[in-house]
Amino acid sequence: MKSLAELAAIRDKMKGKVGIRADHDDDTRIVVGMATCGIAAGARPVLNAFVELAAKHTEKHVSVTQTGCIGICQYEPVVEVMEPGKDKVTYVKMTAEKAAEVFEKHICGGKVVTEYTIGTAHK
Amino acid sequence: MKQLSENILDIAENSVKARASLIEIILEENPLLNTLSIEIRDNGCGMDNETLERVTNPFYTTRTTRKVGLGIPFFKMGAEMTGGTFHIESKVGQGTVIGTMYHTDHVDFIPLGDIASTLMTLIGGAPEIDFVYKHTRGEKEVLLDTRQLRETLGDISLDTPEVLIWIRDYINEMYDAFNN
Ligand SMILES: Nc1ncnc2c1ncn2[C@@H]1O[C@H](COP(=O)(O)OP(=O)(O)OP(=O)(O)O)[C@@H](O)[C@H]1O
Repeated sequence: MKSLAELAAIRDKMKGKVGIRADHDDDTRIVVGMATCGIAAGARPVLNAFVELAAKHTEKHVSVTQTGCIGICQYEPVVEVMEPGKDKVTYVKMTAEKAAEVFEKHICGGKVVTEYTIGTAHK
Repeated sequence: MKQLSENILDIAENSVKARASLIEIILEENPLLNTLSIEIRDNGCGMDNETLERVTNPFYTTRTTRKVGLGIPFFKMGAEMTGGTFHIESKVGQGTVIGTMYHTDHVDFIPLGDIASTLMTLIGGAPEIDFVYKHTRGEKEVLLDTRQLRETLGDISLDTPEVLIWIRDYINEMYDAFNN
């Protein structure tokens, strides 16, 4: 059974890391749309898949955040990937499985998964 | 929505946007009557009477990117489809209470689903806000209060991915005991 003692252990582990990287300007940001349209289309498992992957790959310095509706509800769940110094990439109609693929190929491998991007979905 | 926990996420996101500092999500089951009630309470900015009247109407929203606010109408519809009820009270500067009641034995009742994911999403999206989640059925209870977690965490933020995953697993384990 999970206990608060376990949470205290996480705290102690994190304490050692805090302060080492003062600025987060070079972080990769993954932004997931979480308005009604996104949630209804299944954004919650997509978001949480990214949180889990970010926790697993702390060396990648990925921050996962949420946003409201960006006005393309028919393409939800929508995910934007912003890497410093690069163009924003917008992934559409995402699932938890596609999230894992994007994390592996794009975040870790540096290659945009073109078939899930909005440009491809438009065609 | 396919799960009530998705409705809860959607409604509680409004409380986050309303700049609440405390959001309470209270679920109460009555196994004898086969009912479930859900209430989401916040101490955010609240709504004036005009907004309140229009908010259950699907053609109303203050957002500008899309003309239709669907969160509250979806929540209301889900409850009424089971023969249940919906209520909303709000006061500017004080906060909002939104609640539903479901007949759980009705064919149109959709399950609660993955509430742990909902809480992980809410807390991760607004780690500065306090959340209380409480689900009771008779003597049994699932309870999470971020104020208590904060005492343990000190200055480590609630949106630390490892902490969020712990929260999810903690809720799921409480539910294992709750459902047995
Ligand atoms: N807890 C709350 N506190 C204050 N205002 C609220 C609250 N909940 C809803 N509102 C107001 O009611 C409006 C409608 O909410 P609703 O959830 O139906 O749609 P929405 O949030 O505008 O858009 P979306 O459908 O993308 O969620 C909100 O834009 C907000 O102005």
